[in-house]
Amino acid sequence: MFKRKKKSLSEYSMGELVMFRFRKNKLAMFGVFLLAAVFLAVLLAPVLSSYDNVVQMHVKDRFTSPNGSYIFGTDEFGRDLFARVLYGGRISLLASFAIIGIALVMGALIGGAAGYFGGRVDSVLMRVVDMLMAVPSTLLAMAIITALGNGVWKLVVALAVSQIARFSRIVRSAVLTLRNVEFIEAAQCYGCSSLRIIVKHILPNGIGPIIVSATLNLGQTILSISSMGYLGLGVASPTPEWGTIISENKANIQAYPYLGLIPGICIALTVMAVNFIGDGLRDAFDPRTKN
Amino acid sequence: MEESKVSLLEIDALTVEYRTDDAIVHAVNDLDLRLDKGETRGLVGETGAGKTTLALSVLRLLPERVGHIAGGSIRYEGRELLQMPEAEMLALRGKRISMIFQDPMTSLNPTHTVGDQILEVLNLHFPEMTKQQKEAKVDEMMTLVGIPPSRKTDFPHQFSGGMKQRIVIAMALVAEPELLLADEPTTALDVTIQAQILELIRNLKNQFHTAVLLITHDLGVVAEFCDTVSVVYAGRVVEYGTVEAVFEKKNNHPYTAGLFGCIPDLKDDQPRLHPIAGRMSDPRVVHEGCCFCDRCDHAMERCKTVAPAMHVHKGHGIACHLFENREDF
Repeated sequence: MFKRKKKSLSEYSMGELVMFRFRKNKLAMFGVFLLAAVFLAVLLAPVLSSYDNVVQMHVKDRFTSPNGSYIFGTDEFGRDLFARVLYGGRISLLASFAIIGIALVMGALIGGAAGYFGGRVDSVLMRVVDMLMAVPSTLLAMAIITALGNGVWKLVVALAVSQIARFSRIVRSAVLTLRNVEFIEAAQCYGCSSLRIIVKHILPNGIGPIIVSATLNLGQTILSISSMGYLGLGVASPTPEWGTIISENKANIQAYPYLGLIPGICIALTVMAVNFIGDGLRDAFDPRTKN
Repeated sequence: MEESKVSLLEIDALTVEYRTDDAIVHAVNDLDLRLDKGETRGLVGETGAGKTTLALSVLRLLPERVGHIAGGSIRYEGRELLQMPEAEMLALRGKRISMIFQDPMTSLNPTHTVGDQILEVLNLHFPEMTKQQKEAKVDEMMTLVGIPPSRKTDFPHQFSGGMKQRIVIAMALVAEPELLLADEPTTALDVTIQAQILELIRNLKNQFHTAVLLITHDLGVVAEFCDTVSVVYAGRVVEYGTVEAVFEKKNNHPYTAGLFGCIPDLKDDQPRLHPIAGRMSDPRVVHEGCCFCDRCDHAMERCKTVAPAMHVHKGHGIACHLFENREDF
């Protein structure tokens, strides 16, 4: 019998430890599993259904409850809800990840520069951010879409811009609290350059709150895309998107609840999965929760 | 003063100001200090006397925008540090001059293992060493400070305060610097650990021939540990000399005498200690005369208007008008 040599806890590297702790977190693993399932279904959309079904109207079969041939049923035009939800998920997920990605990178650049260099750089950048924050983010996104016109990528730009301010603030405060910590001063004392300090000492210590807020905002962004879709901004019918699907069926939800429930459950499950992952990551990144 | 040889560290007329929106704080005023190779000098003074500011000035790490070196010079092995390009300063910090901070709890990065943190100093300053050599050096250094090398994969939170300070010392000395600035290295530790840490610094200092500038407010530590001492008040050196000359307690600056008066003496049966009256002078005010005259029992009229010069006798300097024409101290 070969017995796998067991490493003691102290032999793991930082990254391994984070993964180790994350994997022990059952809720977080459930979140990963759930999100993976959603991703898989959305990626396999052409296999499970086809894009034709998204727009094709089977007028004879309108308002069919979920059954063998229409797994999620059909809407008032007789379109297959299953195909619409699958292809809609593609847009919801891709757009929300793109939005968070853009906002995070821009926020990290602005907040990082403001926090680390301080002084005039900080004042100028933060006043711009203040101006962005003074406008409610939904209103800002609506204004940008109105100016740019409808479309998925315009929606992405609009929602990303409206989130930059928030991420800038989070990154800046993470950098600021760490900037004057003694081990940063100590690192300067043994000859670390500014860039090395930011990458090696500030980022690993500040990444926790940034990742957590990014994942929590990811859920919020999926909801924002859907609300914008519901308001008729961004993704417009007949292009499917989870919020848009609910919106276009709103007149018939009382009579045929599955039309709202199914895309609603998709939104809720995805947001929940993302939030579980965010919480799990936060706990895993914190070295003090190590046991 | 004996000026024949070049000292390791020469600070002349250093003036450091903190400029805030409301006021200019004069943290260090016209301060002179010398440190020879292998020498251990104590830098004694109250909180706010400018001791830490002095150490940060040497490393050119004063808080940006606020801290300004308004004048004077700091020479290291005869080279002016205040005009040195930042790239050369980076190479100097940690390799030739290191610093130990007061609080070991916060001076280690919680996200890296202690081994990695000692290793980083080597990575920064000895890129020519192989990975094995560096690892071996880390092990050797940990053994020297009394931490088993098997614990180098542990994180700082798994160590006690005294052990963390040992790690910090290992980081400071792994590059075998010529000068160690120790900023109250034992203040945050309890008394039993204090003695161990000082003993450890002393042993390593002898092994690596490192000069130490020990910043402290504890005269007992100075008497125990240092060769020479400089007493700092309001950003100025008011007295310097060998530990023997200063601790003889025959001829002292009134401020130093006041400090001694605050320590209980085992041989003497005093009912009360004698704290120095008044408070540290406001560092925002520029003094025309002696900075200590408001609190001094021997203050004369001219103390208020004329700043005393440093009167030196056999390497023992006292900046006080009382010692102006005396040849006997």
